[in-house]
Amino acid sequence: MSIEIKTNTVAPIRQTFSHIRRRFGDKPASRYQEASYDVAATINFHYRPQWQPDKLLNDVTRTCLVMRDWYAVSDPRQYYYGTYVQTRARMQETTEHEYAFCEKRDLLGRLSDEQRARILRALVPLRHAELGANTNNSGIAADGCATTVVQMHIYTAMDRLGIAQYLSRIGLLLDGGGTAALEQGKRLWLDDPVWQGLRRYVEDSFVVKDWFELTLAQNLVSDGLLFPLMYQKFDETLSAEGAGDVGMLTEFMRQWYAESSRWVDAMVKTVAAESESNRLQIEAWVEYWLARALEAQAPLAEISAGGAAFASVHQDFLARLNKLGLNIQ
Amino acid sequence: MTANKKKLGLKDKYRYLTRDLDWEPSYQDKKDIFPHEDFEGIKITDWDKWEDPFRLTMDSYWKYQAEKEKKLYAILDAFAQNNGQQTISDARYVNALKLFLGGISPCEYQAFQGFARVGRQFSGAGARVACQMQAIDELRHVQTQVHAMSHYNKHFNGLHDFAHMHDRVWFLSVPKSFFDDARTAGPFEFLTAISFSFEYVLTNLLFVPFMSGAAYNGDMATVTFGFSAQSDEARHMTLGLEVIKFMLEQHEDNVPIIQGWIDKWFWRGNRLLSLVGMMMDYMLPNKVMSWAEAWEVYFEEAGGALFKDLERYGIRPPKYVEQCPIAKQHVSHQAWATFYQYSQATNFHTWMPSDEEMDWLSAKYPETFDQYYRERFTFWREQQEKGERFYNNTLPQLCQVCQIPTIFTEPDDATQLSHRSHVHEGERYHFCSDGCCDIFKNQPEKYVQAWLPVHQIYQGNCGGSDVESVVRDYYNINIGEDNFEYLGSPEHQRWLEWKGLNPAVAPLPKAS
Amino acid sequence: MSLVYLVLQDNDNARYLVDGITHDNPHAVVQHQPAMIRIEAEGRLEIRRDTMEERLGRAWDVQEMLLDVITIGGNVDEDDDAFVLEWKN
Repeated sequence: MSIEIKTNTVAPIRQTFSHIRRRFGDKPASRYQEASYDVAATINFHYRPQWQPDKLLNDVTRTCLVMRDWYAVSDPRQYYYGTYVQTRARMQETTEHEYAFCEKRDLLGRLSDEQRARILRALVPLRHAELGANTNNSGIAADGCATTVVQMHIYTAMDRLGIAQYLSRIGLLLDGGGTAALEQGKRLWLDDPVWQGLRRYVEDSFVVKDWFELTLAQNLVSDGLLFPLMYQKFDETLSAEGAGDVGMLTEFMRQWYAESSRWVDAMVKTVAAESESNRLQIEAWVEYWLARALEAQAPLAEISAGGAAFASVHQDFLARLNKLGLNIQ
Repeated sequence: MTANKKKLGLKDKYRYLTRDLDWEPSYQDKKDIFPHEDFEGIKITDWDKWEDPFRLTMDSYWKYQAEKEKKLYAILDAFAQNNGQQTISDARYVNALKLFLGGISPCEYQAFQGFARVGRQFSGAGARVACQMQAIDELRHVQTQVHAMSHYNKHFNGLHDFAHMHDRVWFLSVPKSFFDDARTAGPFEFLTAISFSFEYVLTNLLFVPFMSGAAYNGDMATVTFGFSAQSDEARHMTLGLEVIKFMLEQHEDNVPIIQGWIDKWFWRGNRLLSLVGMMMDYMLPNKVMSWAEAWEVYFEEAGGALFKDLERYGIRPPKYVEQCPIAKQHVSHQAWATFYQYSQATNFHTWMPSDEEMDWLSAKYPETFDQYYRERFTFWREQQEKGERFYNNTLPQLCQVCQIPTIFTEPDDATQLSHRSHVHEGERYHFCSDGCCDIFKNQPEKYVQAWLPVHQIYQGNCGGSDVESVVRDYYNINIGEDNFEYLGSPEHQRWLEWKGLNPAVAPLPKAS
Repeated sequence: MSLVYLVLQDNDNARYLVDGITHDNPHAVVQHQPAMIRIEAEGRLEIRRDTMEERLGRAWDVQEMLLDVITIGGNVDEDDDAFVLEWKN
């Protein structure tokens, strides 16, 4: 016996929006797809930007790289706003718990004076570099065109502000809730010779005009060395010394980096694979910024995990680049 | 162990967690890092005087926003699973959503792009961060709107190609040019335009009464995204007010520049909102309040308090605001009359109000509806009943600035169409009002660039030479499904089937 | 004196907020509209943390009001203890 369900009047007359159907066929689309494809304006802009009259408002020539379709770049995490904030909310809940625990038990109080000074010197000034990353990623979100590309950058911009704020809280914890460690950290960022290479790198990145070059300099190259060095290798060093509690305060950064490098890799791989000229230009940029990042971060390795650890970070990074189809020695 | 726990208050803590992250650069010149900050002539002497609008750190932001999103998507899922589209008041209502998705949602996207840019360009880190938070909120709004409309799109026409249409369709150039105008301006004008004039002074008119109307018409999906988006708006409005006060306090030379922007953006926003007026008065089958009433509560009352507060800086209410008490009695009727005539070229349906609805309009607009509009609307309805539904096949003249057809009447004479023109470099340009004409005269080099849809059709830049092929092939409007009169449309018929009523037998009225 | 106002979604949280606000601001006027509640007051309106905590029987962060607010009118001043809306003249 069969049950006849009267469904004809509620059957949908189409599965998804026309622009989504043109890309993915006439079938139900994911929320990621409907949120991320072909929403940005592409033609018939009314006025030229007063701040850049030689370009259109949304203009693919804000990078010299050429893609037939920038939407070929997509997010392996398939984040749209809702999934993005819900993932981060879960991460922050755990992180909040760790910070509260650390504070309640005064775990940082168990550090030796030397360890405390080293952590202050190596971690606290990073909050300024994170603001730099935040600023750069907001600019890329404004300069890029495809939503699949720019939304990853605005999420990253906000993530970097979040990381800067966690680092600031480490500074506050180091001073028992006061601001002395933050003030000292800022002086180090401004004047300590070991920080000047990175500060110069960040300030130079602020004047990079091509947004794809900027995403490489920031999100691939600088982060690709700095995060493994400061949050993995340095954490291992501290753990080996019995100061592993600090790792509770940097777990967010490790988790974030493992997740975030996936979209960076997917983007670089797709754009480099598009054409020989894209690949060559990306290699030239990566080569230039890699040399600068190595020079900038070497002194930071000396005050944190050591030169040998940095050399191994460098090797791992080269292997990562090769996996992306880039030929960098 | 540290002896005394020092505790920072919210304000100090927030400062350390945002603007204190910033530093004075020394390896690059600040002017090269923030090259857009000076050209508008706004003088900022001390970014430290910036008052943070809401002191929301990222961890709280993620937490609160995730909670809002969870609630919102639970409702969207329930709405779709329970075929919520069948329990709205009437299918005519969905036409307001078509206008919303094509006209508003892509502008939310533009707001995202604009705030991401100013979130990069200000040299004050407190302001940058506040703008970035708004950028990502605006992205939220466009995405939640698309997701809320996704289910409607599966059951109704006209929503299916909203972004394509936003770039091309004649009346959608009204909102598009508004946001293009703001985004192409410098960072301070952008904030005056969007954060202050639009968000603070005008968006309540769009979101609050209209969304309350959506609730009253059984549309849980829309009311939920609307109110959920509007909860971000409370932060955005605060940013709008703080940024204006900040600029005014920084230097007296800023005052006349800002006054000029307030005049311009008030007028531009006022024109844009004519479309919302029509949505409220004509497209909501169950009505909450009239456009004129909404204008009174959310502009006259709220805006009055605001401009009284700004008086101490030497700011006066926007130029031509005195025309609004008269205009609020007319604009929704004038806009609806226009869209009724041009329904062959829109992605939504129009119709003439029923007797009952006309009585409501008479009661809400005692000084204008019966006197100026009822007769015409009744005549059109009679024509339609005779099978001669009126469509106007003459392309209208558009205002060079707001891009609305020149349909509005003179502020002092409701029988006279308002029309202004001005010659610039040997060419004559046309306007709907003194307000729009002034905007042009202040910046002719900008507004001569406008992509005016009617001109573009005449110049052959929109595909075909006749309206039907432009509508079909360039706009991607499905002829006979998305456009024309509501009564007898496939959508109307489907609605009657859902409701178990006999499908209407009336054939689709023909273009006259 | 100008009116400041606050509009809340009509939900369970709002009932506590409205209760707390009317307690601390006897001059406030509450209007119920479809799906929303509008509270307006001459000059000034505040939401106090201690009042809310008393009503809810738990710790309450002033920023929690962001979940339920639809719109506001007036200058905002927010700290750990209160959220204040005010016109300064």
